[in-house]
Amino acid sequence: MGMTITEKILAAHSGRDSVAHGEIVNAKIDLIVAHDVTTPPAVQMLKKLGINKVFDPTKILVTPDHFVPNKDIKSAELAKQLREWREEQGIARYYEIGNHGICHAIAPEQGHVLPGMTVVCGDSHTTTMGALGTFASGIGSTDLAAALATGELWFKVPESMLFELKGSLPFGVYSKDIILYIISKIGVDGARYQAMEYCGDGLKSLTMEARFTITNMAIEAGGKSGIMPADEVAEAYVKARSSESYTIYNSDDDAVYSERFTINLEELEPIVALPDLPSNGRFIGEVAREKMDQVYIGSCTNGRIEDLRIAAQIFKGNKVAAGTRAIVVPATTEIWKTAMREGLLEIFADAGCVVSTATCGACLGGFMGVLGAEEKCLSTTNRNFVGRMGSPKSKVYLASPATAAATAITGTITDPREFLKSAAAKAA
Amino acid sequence: MPELPTSLKGFAHVYERAHINTDEIIPARYLNVHEEAELARHAMEDIDTTFVKRVKPGDVVIAGDNFGCGSSREHAIWALRGAGIKVVVAKSYARIFFRNAINNGFLAIECPEAVEIVKTGDEVEIDLAAGQLRNLTNGKEAGFVPLSDFARELIEDGGLLPHIQKKAKSAA
Repeated sequence: MGMTITEKILAAHSGRDSVAHGEIVNAKIDLIVAHDVTTPPAVQMLKKLGINKVFDPTKILVTPDHFVPNKDIKSAELAKQLREWREEQGIARYYEIGNHGICHAIAPEQGHVLPGMTVVCGDSHTTTMGALGTFASGIGSTDLAAALATGELWFKVPESMLFELKGSLPFGVYSKDIILYIISKIGVDGARYQAMEYCGDGLKSLTMEARFTITNMAIEAGGKSGIMPADEVAEAYVKARSSESYTIYNSDDDAVYSERFTINLEELEPIVALPDLPSNGRFIGEVAREKMDQVYIGSCTNGRIEDLRIAAQIFKGNKVAAGTRAIVVPATTEIWKTAMREGLLEIFADAGCVVSTATCGACLGGFMGVLGAEEKCLSTTNRNFVGRMGSPKSKVYLASPATAAATAITGTITDPREFLKSAAAKAA
Repeated sequence: MPELPTSLKGFAHVYERAHINTDEIIPARYLNVHEEAELARHAMEDIDTTFVKRVKPGDVVIAGDNFGCGSSREHAIWALRGAGIKVVVAKSYARIFFRNAINNGFLAIECPEAVEIVKTGDEVEIDLAAGQLRNLTNGKEAGFVPLSDFARELIEDGGLLPHIQKKAKSAA
């Protein structure tokens, strides 16, 4: 019987020729990514057990991202514990403030994620890294402690769902719209315990940046991981960043999937997921033009350079509407610097946006744009649960960076395609 | 390590809705701490502000589908355990929440009918040996999905870290 990419990676990492879904395996971990919120409790657990050394400091990457630059005294203590621990353990792959970034964005950007790897992080959006043909899954702090101590972790081999992307995206429609569409079809538990695997010519047409947005949101359908075969696009991305060798796994033709879906990209339009679930996606034509108090462009979902370029294209020569605040948060320091060199930061500032340093920040209601009661925000982030970005009485609408920028300019939920057309006409 | 008790009794807090997420169980604004007692003061705050005032040690949370979806924060388990919750009984679980539960030696039971036969304030008995949940207030019963051997072993060992230590000792 054939195997999926996920089954092959898990078999190879647990010393097996083959595995089948439902089996529990102990898999070797190639990369552990550690951040400021879930790592300090794991470190404390290890200290309590008298385990003073991690299994291998070269297989760990540390970056503070959630509440940094320190949002308050307690967050400062967490970041300090992380910093001191990595020093004591001699972990070289460390991204201090000034070089930092949101972990799921910086790890692949800096060449630490390679096809065929197993990657874990105490964060649900770890699935992002699966776009490089990697098994990447979110874990809690106890798992993190176990992985740090032993370099292994237990996994129930997941079933896989296969999503075939066909054709190419229409004008003004982006990968965020693809994943919001998929989640609207299968629901926030539609992929529970499963690997969401992608294939098709439509996938080949997407850049790496666009792909990360799709695998990032696997968890919003309850998925254990999102995974894409590493093709030429993925290899070019990896080779530009790393000289390490890697193994590419591909699913067998007779691999078994729990379900198969075909998404015709040509049929998609910009999508907005209404409060309070990521599965409440509607084509923009069916969405009321509600007034937004805030627009947020950033996060591990949509804070990459391509996202900022798309947003800047729309903001150029326009102003953020009176009564609306727009916040732009590049996902990593490198992205911030590229945006600066390309003049994007100036476009944002001239339009009246605030540009922040990289942080998870307000995506999870931390800081740098938290919402008050009754406030509404259209956001390029991943989750719009009750209270996600602040007050439990606030409301979050999820959309692509293009829809976010267009909405910031009009102050109400807006189809980005008109703005993109006029931007294209101006450029021509 | 202690064996699992054969049965548990407690008073129920029922949340029927599907997809109760970790932001509701413990909002991210409290993730700058991880002490159970501190987290417990804010348990379930964004879904029910009266929960922390009413909850007593040994109580049971009964919930709908996909309980604990969203973030991977183990703080959700710690907040509930810190508040005195002994066991969660849900129609189904989001996978990271369930994983975190058993990794902590915390009981998370899957019982599709519990939300239908229990109201908040009812006393329930969870018979782990028989796989039955009994509502002692109205006499109704429902069966639940038995824990897998692996999950049971982790919970009996007190969680993943003691489990790994035990294995390392027995291998030595």
